[in-house]
Amino acid sequence: MSEMIALTRLTKRFGPLVAVDGIDMTVRKGEVLGFLGPNGAGKSTTMKMVTGFLAPSEGTALVDGIDVAKDPVGVKRRIGYLPEGAPCYGDMTPRSFLNFIADVRGLSGKERADAIAQVIERVEIGDVMEQPIETLSKGFKRRVGLAQAIVHNPPVLILDEPTDGLDPNQKHQVRALIQHMAADKAVVISTHILEEVEAVCTRAVVIARGKVLADGTPEDLLKRSPLHNAVHIKVAVTAADAIAGDLAALDTVGSVSREMTIDGYCAFNITSKSGAPIAPDVAAMLKSRGHAVNDLKTEKGALDAVFREITRGDQMEAAHE
Amino acid sequence: MNSFGRNIRIIARREFAGYFATPLALVFIVIFLALTGAFAFYVGGFFTRGNADLTAFFAYHPWLFLLLVPAIGMRLWAEERKSGTIELLMTLPVSTVDAVIGKFLAAWGFCGLALALTFPMWITVNVLGAPDNGVIVASYIGSFVMAGAFLAISACISSLTKNQVIAFIIAATVCFLFTMSGAQLVLNFFQGWTPDVVLEALRSMSFLTHFDAVTRGVIDLKDVVFFGSLIAMWLFLNVLAVDINKGR
Repeated sequence: MSEMIALTRLTKRFGPLVAVDGIDMTVRKGEVLGFLGPNGAGKSTTMKMVTGFLAPSEGTALVDGIDVAKDPVGVKRRIGYLPEGAPCYGDMTPRSFLNFIADVRGLSGKERADAIAQVIERVEIGDVMEQPIETLSKGFKRRVGLAQAIVHNPPVLILDEPTDGLDPNQKHQVRALIQHMAADKAVVISTHILEEVEAVCTRAVVIARGKVLADGTPEDLLKRSPLHNAVHIKVAVTAADAIAGDLAALDTVGSVSREMTIDGYCAFNITSKSGAPIAPDVAAMLKSRGHAVNDLKTEKGALDAVFREITRGDQMEAAHE
Repeated sequence: MNSFGRNIRIIARREFAGYFATPLALVFIVIFLALTGAFAFYVGGFFTRGNADLTAFFAYHPWLFLLLVPAIGMRLWAEERKSGTIELLMTLPVSTVDAVIGKFLAAWGFCGLALALTFPMWITVNVLGAPDNGVIVASYIGSFVMAGAFLAISACISSLTKNQVIAFIIAATVCFLFTMSGAQLVLNFFQGWTPDVVLEALRSMSFLTHFDAVTRGVIDLKDVVFFGSLIAMWLFLNVLAVDINKGR
């Protein structure tokens, strides 16, 4: 079965508060799904329901075809889960902790020893194996938590903010690890670091107030940006008026704005009318009209701007209600 | 069934080792041994009684357990909830029942260890005289089973809060009520306005009554069933409480 996670109308209520409001979502093998949303959007609650920690109020969550409400232990066997904040037993050493996890995961003998040795190497915690976890730095704690989630090589991996609190090198390392494992797994990571989505995710789902607001590849999301495929050019001030006129004549160009740069040039921000690439048009026009250009850049659009727009729109709706 | 027992064993082993990862185990055992000794010799008059038995030693166990057993049980669930590791534990492929029984057995085993380390008392009384060792064995078993009942109460209450101090105080209070429910102090309060059935039920819930019966050397099925069913009931409530409270 390629659909490793299938959520249908999944809902969680805490008293009057609806934390997760009818989420439909599927994750296939080989996908790395980035789960995005502002704090309190319901990301962690959704993950807790999929991993069998919380029972859904309504709807179903299937993992590898198994309903988590009917066979929670069966689902838990197939999942590797890093809870938010990577909780670990502080008084244990990483070695005794991983031995415990491997035991509970049903590994034994040589299989267990190999799995633990491999995971130590993967997350690079070999140097701290005999220190109590509570004495470790945040980065090492997080890596011990990751080791715990992957030691049994699960087909489904659910990581709640896996890179939170790591330094840039460690973040890079964890992302590389996720990418390395992604091919034969279904991976869900929650994050509010948007560069992470571009770096590792094949798909992004944005949720806010418990509802799915967007679901697509990171490129799909970028297309929603008004700046998607926009072009920036920097020209001499003397040529600016002529260029502005020529730009306005191009059909594919949306809006044109200009400003003075600090080094005495004139910068144009040119957006695409349809979202399609306009750099070739602009470049061809500039060349045929003989304008000298100092700098030309195309823009992909910033994911965080898209994210803000999607989630802010929702909040404004809420304020009107 | 096999994986059921296996999970309980794994969880119990981790939890048991957890007691020794901190000074808790050492502090507890030293205090337990010092207090059992002090009560037996100074308060119970072990020597002045002139009898070759351990009555003076066992008589104070309910009172010691009242304070010390909730101290063992208070961390079992409150700590997991406070540190968030409960989310880790309850998303591993173990059932709540496995986890509850595993943790309980670890703590009970620890109580058993502390109790076993009082063996010099038993040697002493055998050196000094010729006690009825059958009575002593029965008393040890009775004491251990009673500790289990106190512990089941403490474990259940530990799962109701994230705060270990609150867990300790409430557990000690509930244990106190169970210990004292046969005493006139408590019964007087109910006398006159409750039916006799309720009074009789209260009286029969008393740990003291059942423990006294066992320390006289008679392991009666009724006393064993009493403590056994009490443990089962509190562990069942513990499972419910963990399932209800784990996400909060």
